[in-house]
Amino acid sequence: MSPDLSQTHPHGGPKLYAAVLAALLVLTGITVTSSYIDFGSPAVNVVIALVIASIKASLVALYFMHLRYDKPVLSVIFVGGLFFLGLLLMLTMIDAGSRDSVPSWNSKPPAGGPVAR
Amino acid sequence: MKGTNYLTETRGLKSWLFTLDHKRIGVMYFWSIMTAFFLGGVFAMLVRIELLTPGRTIMSAEAYNRMFTLHGAVMVFLVLIPSIAATLGNFVLPLMLGAKDVAFPRLNLASYWVYVTGALFALYSMLAGGIDTGWTFYTPYSTSTGGAVTAMVLAAFILGFSTIFTGINFIATIHKLRAPGLTWFKMPLFVWGMYATSIIQVLATPILGITLILLLMERLFQIGIFDARLGGDPLLFQHFFWFYSHPVVYIMILPGMAIMSEVIPVFSRKTIFGYKAIAFSSIAIAVVGFFVWGHHMFVSGQSPLAGAIFSFLTFLVAIPSAVKVFNWLATMYKGSISLEAPMLYAISFLLLFAIGGLTGLFLGSIATDVHLHDTYFVVAHFHFVMFGGTVIAFLAGIHYWWPKMFGRMYSEKWARVSAVLVFVGFNLTFIPQFIMGSRGMPRRYYNYLPQFQPMHVASTIGSWVLGLGFLIMAGYLFASLRKPYDAPANPWGGATLEWETASPPITHNFETTPAISHGPYDYAALRSDA
Amino acid sequence: MSRTAGEPFLQHHFATPEQQFEAGKIGMWLFLVTEILLFGGLFVGYGLMRSRNPAAFSEAHHHLDRILGLLNTVVLLVSSFTMVMAVHAARTDRRKRLIAFLALTLVFAGVFLGIKYIEYSHKFHEGLLPGKFYSHKGDTVPGQFQFFSFYFMMTGLHGIHILGGMGAILWVLRRSVQGHFSSRYYTPVDLVGLYWHLVDLIWIYLFPLLYLIR
Repeated sequence: MSPDLSQTHPHGGPKLYAAVLAALLVLTGITVTSSYIDFGSPAVNVVIALVIASIKASLVALYFMHLRYDKPVLSVIFVGGLFFLGLLLMLTMIDAGSRDSVPSWNSKPPAGGPVAR
Repeated sequence: MKGTNYLTETRGLKSWLFTLDHKRIGVMYFWSIMTAFFLGGVFAMLVRIELLTPGRTIMSAEAYNRMFTLHGAVMVFLVLIPSIAATLGNFVLPLMLGAKDVAFPRLNLASYWVYVTGALFALYSMLAGGIDTGWTFYTPYSTSTGGAVTAMVLAAFILGFSTIFTGINFIATIHKLRAPGLTWFKMPLFVWGMYATSIIQVLATPILGITLILLLMERLFQIGIFDARLGGDPLLFQHFFWFYSHPVVYIMILPGMAIMSEVIPVFSRKTIFGYKAIAFSSIAIAVVGFFVWGHHMFVSGQSPLAGAIFSFLTFLVAIPSAVKVFNWLATMYKGSISLEAPMLYAISFLLLFAIGGLTGLFLGSIATDVHLHDTYFVVAHFHFVMFGGTVIAFLAGIHYWWPKMFGRMYSEKWARVSAVLVFVGFNLTFIPQFIMGSRGMPRRYYNYLPQFQPMHVASTIGSWVLGLGFLIMAGYLFASLRKPYDAPANPWGGATLEWETASPPITHNFETTPAISHGPYDYAALRSDA
Repeated sequence: MSRTAGEPFLQHHFATPEQQFEAGKIGMWLFLVTEILLFGGLFVGYGLMRSRNPAAFSEAHHHLDRILGLLNTVVLLVSSFTMVMAVHAARTDRRKRLIAFLALTLVFAGVFLGIKYIEYSHKFHEGLLPGKFYSHKGDTVPGQFQFFSFYFMMTGLHGIHILGGMGAILWVLRRSVQGHFSSRYYTPVDLVGLYWHLVDLIWIYLFPLLYLIR
């Protein structure tokens, strides 16, 4: 007879899930409240919002989606995907951010004309 | 062979259209992709005929633009991307693992029907006049030009799901359906190659998906992401597009390399040199292949800083490919080499892929790329790796596994004739293009300076030799199917599991799950079994 | 799907139910990664466009109702909770609870869409529409249509996934009523649950990036 599938896969229970939900709601409250506060630089609000979102996402992934209890291969798949997304973001932003600051190969020659005549 | 096999066990159209058998799905993909290859090849022949003379030869400039665009779009999306994985991968992978099927047979069937749907959208676009944007759909031209762009973009979007489904299936299959005793490092290298390919399929294709959605939104609703007049960034399209389209070329070549790792040891009667190096190089190519996309954009307005980063990373990605080529050569060294058709194609691959890869370095270095970008040098480079690499490897694989798939041997004599014609024709077609490109002949040009005509004529004649080679190939392959079953279970003396079952296999692949008694390249063990 | 005696829904090419279950999980997680990358591309585009036109994006986001967004966030978080409770019920042979929690999840999903409808209606009314449809009057900062292009694309694509998810939950609900699931086989419930949590995950990022940051 096949074993009960749940015996081969440890898991949380309703109390844990309720606790996670409570944490998620509290974190949501914090992030909304902090969005009303002016910290001086808007970048601070962005960082706070993204950090809180990431904590919430981790809770959902670890407990609701069982990554905490599953075989590591599933976490590797999840984190791997995030890594490649980060790669796209990072290199594209490096390009966008440096486009105007570094002179392009076909930008104007220096004053005084070209070197050789 | 007597008795039923997967081809004969059930009959009728519905038994094929609704099959869950990975082998039948692989065969259906095979015929569909060959049809698309023929269509893409016809477009290519027409392009080459037009280029026999500067100015108009057989078609207008507008028609010419559509012709090369459709050649590229068909070859990339309908042929090269699915090619080896969907046909040979589907057929051989479960057999090599000692499994009865892939992990998700219904998803497999779905991937085929999604492919057909995408192909129909592409066909509709062609019949509605086609597109002239180049297969790369660069903005702002693709968001503003006429033509059936929306239909073709939708076709590519739909085809992407076919790829994703295949990738998901293969990864799950390799993780969970290996026969008992078949550990990761006892798997054939073909499986490692398919695993690396599948990683790219899953990670890269969704970015194509969102890129095409954004392209359509811009074209239809002017959302303002790529159009500079609306505050958008045209270069952003290229970043998104190439983030997918560079890894996609590794989706094309990794399966080809995977086939090399099977054919070369068998026809050298010598175990593969550097198994782990090849296995890890496959993964390295898949991963590092994601870091280099900006090398398509050196002269598009990308910042020089980003350009330098991408150039450096491009040089890195050449290394694992080179490791593989050297390991294959080392496998052949002091081996007992026999030159049947699969091996002829494999040896062609080594030469042509090496040339293709090396010419990539010229393009990866910014200073030379400035001169070579958008010239025929680029065209020759990618044809050497995609045709001289992927297609030649595909031909090696088709000839290697033909007896297993269809239970018949083809004419070895005519196969060799065809292999020589393909090799000669290919080189005659594309080497002149390296020369032209380095002398300034731009790509995608309808008209050209008279000094380039001799090279163009040579290239076109080469395409006719190529075409003849393929016609002969079609001839002897079809002829073989009209014979009774005459293929033994193991015509080539391979040591991987697919050769331990009948040719063609029964529907469930193996009578009983095979035991793993020797390594995948352990030919000495085969001799002692005999 | 086949019913081998004593082995509910074990497919012929798998040796054990564990193998089939684990293969299914790998397959679903891979699919979820493709969804993350799909939406991720939109996030990257949004981030880049925002950094190009910060004034327009900041101005435009004021038209979004933070409270409705907060409500939607809460609704979706609770629906994730009911979903994981449904999976737990399936895993512990509590069929009635399974059906109840699946139904609750559907209700919350519907509420989410209802709130979205209210938000969208408001935008349509004000002419705050994507791309060439933008017709809002009286803008002091130009280029705000770009923000709404992204707003509608991101929430729209998300909404389509909510609809798809509701379809999947309905399918699993029907099979639950038919008694297909037990502690020995609840894979579809688990996998649909994973998909639903992903839809929640995406909103966890959408909400602050669209509604909260300036």
